[in-house]
Amino acid sequence: MEGRDQQILVTQWAIETRGLRKVYGDRVALADLSITVGYGEVFGFLGPNGAGKTTAVKMLVGLIRPTAGDGRVLGYPLGDHRARRQIGYLPELFRFHDWLTGEELLDLHGQLYGLSRAERRRRIPEVLELVGLTEAARRRVRTYSKGMQQRIGIAQALLAAPRLVILDEPTSALDPLGRRDVRDLIRRLRADGVTVFLNSHLLSEVEAVCDRVAFVNHGRVIAIGPLDELLRGELVVEFRLGALPDGTLAALERIVQVEDVRSGEHPVLIARAPDETTIARAVDLLVAAGVPVYGVIPERRSLEDLFVRLVEDQEQSPV
Amino acid sequence: MSKALVIARLTFREGLRKKLVLGVVLLSVIFAALYVWGFHLFVQDWRAMEARRAAAGARTVLPYEVFASAMVLLGLWTVNFLAGVMTIFASVGTIASEIEQGTLHAIVSKPIRRWEIVLGKWLGYATMLAVYIGVMVTTVVLSARLIGDYTPPNVLRTYGLILLVALILLSLTMLGSTLFSTVANGVIVFMLYGMAITGGLVEQIGTALDNDVLVRIGVLVSILVPSDSMWRLASYLVQPRIAVNFMGPTPFGTTVPPSALAVWYSVGYTVVMLCLAMLRFQRRDL
Repeated sequence: MEGRDQQILVTQWAIETRGLRKVYGDRVALADLSITVGYGEVFGFLGPNGAGKTTAVKMLVGLIRPTAGDGRVLGYPLGDHRARRQIGYLPELFRFHDWLTGEELLDLHGQLYGLSRAERRRRIPEVLELVGLTEAARRRVRTYSKGMQQRIGIAQALLAAPRLVILDEPTSALDPLGRRDVRDLIRRLRADGVTVFLNSHLLSEVEAVCDRVAFVNHGRVIAIGPLDELLRGELVVEFRLGALPDGTLAALERIVQVEDVRSGEHPVLIARAPDETTIARAVDLLVAAGVPVYGVIPERRSLEDLFVRLVEDQEQSPV
Repeated sequence: MSKALVIARLTFREGLRKKLVLGVVLLSVIFAALYVWGFHLFVQDWRAMEARRAAAGARTVLPYEVFASAMVLLGLWTVNFLAGVMTIFASVGTIASEIEQGTLHAIVSKPIRRWEIVLGKWLGYATMLAVYIGVMVTTVVLSARLIGDYTPPNVLRTYGLILLVALILLSLTMLGSTLFSTVANGVIVFMLYGMAITGGLVEQIGTALDNDVLVRIGVLVSILVPSDSMWRLASYLVQPRIAVNFMGPTPFGTTVPPSALAVWYSVGYTVVMLCLAMLRFQRRDL
């Protein structure tokens, strides 16, 4: 895995991949992944289950080899064990040597990171404190609840004060309070200048902490960019109208994208527009057509809606 | 390399916790107790018999050491067998089941090379086996010495060879674990282990019947899996010549010991199997 290109490059990207592809037999787990993640960025990697998120993450940490494509992590070629000195990774489906106590487990992982005894003695209480497991440090991991196991998993990922933290579904076993703790933790990491790669299917989580996101579906990135930019052009407006004459709707659809019409005495029309000007034009058209406009209510578009739409768009138009 | 030692320590500690390993240890304790008791009874009987013989004025037919040596051989054969079973039980799922369970994911993603993980695991189990076989061989030899007043020859070399048997099986099992699921690996390795033992028996029968074909089958099997041939060499070394000649070809020993070349072959085999396991794991997707 280390042969080809041993050089470390100083690049502006913490993660950089080009055309990563993974095929198992005739099943394509990841079709073509080209992304860049800058240093200090909190990057959200979103997609439904089976979209190829975990496959992508495993390539970044060297657990699996790409069928095609290449990339760099912290300047090292993909799969180089030296990069992993500075990577903290929480696997999705993990199990630890649960006959060890929390403290022993962290000591083991600290040794694997190559931390000296002194460093381990200093760092272990710190990360235990950080994830709220100080009390349980001397208990066997086997006796931990699922949430606690996830916390100890996060603790081992942060042990070596990594420059890049890769979290694969970090809150799957956590209750709402635990989720909030993880969000706070990610914010703290960002404040410390740590790059975070967050793999999640929980949009609210990503929305709360990520600077940039990539949506993946069927092993492909279907959208990528800063969150506010992706959400822009996603202006959704609810029109409350009087009776809608025939033909007006068709005319309206040439300006905005009508998503839903609830007819009745006062029809309600949900439409999407790229910007405010377009909405003004739509209102003009309605007024000109003599349709009473009782209300124009802008709706904030959530990541979830965007995501659902992107996935649906992709399903309809095969790539 | 130091990371390999971290894995070795972990593997050693983990090995001691395995239920199957504990089972073998328990079995070994029972065996050791029975062995000590049995040796004690044997010596008592022998002395009683000799006393009767002396009273009747008859001469000793065979020297005492032939029988004492047979007792030691039987004990060591059991140790060798238990060690083989323990090796396979301990290491059968070492890579495969840890991939299935996900315990390896957080290890492999650390700054450690994959071959260091395989080497570390091998060293951990090897240490465990060295300790186990050491304790068991010592039990047998000390029983013979303290109870039977008999000391077999070449004890250290015998110990080394029984350990080599275990290491051959260890490398083989670890290679299998990078290739197959735990269950499939267990079936395959036990079949190979059984085949090696059967091959050894076939060779002994061939020697007894002076049948070249059977001997050749035995040799061929010992090339495929040299574990049993190393036990045969150990059995040859640990008996005095007089005992070997008296016994002839037996299921537990041999009259035609494998050569030094065979020992080097077995050592090479162990190393090559381990290297293949490293290579295979290097390319394995988790």
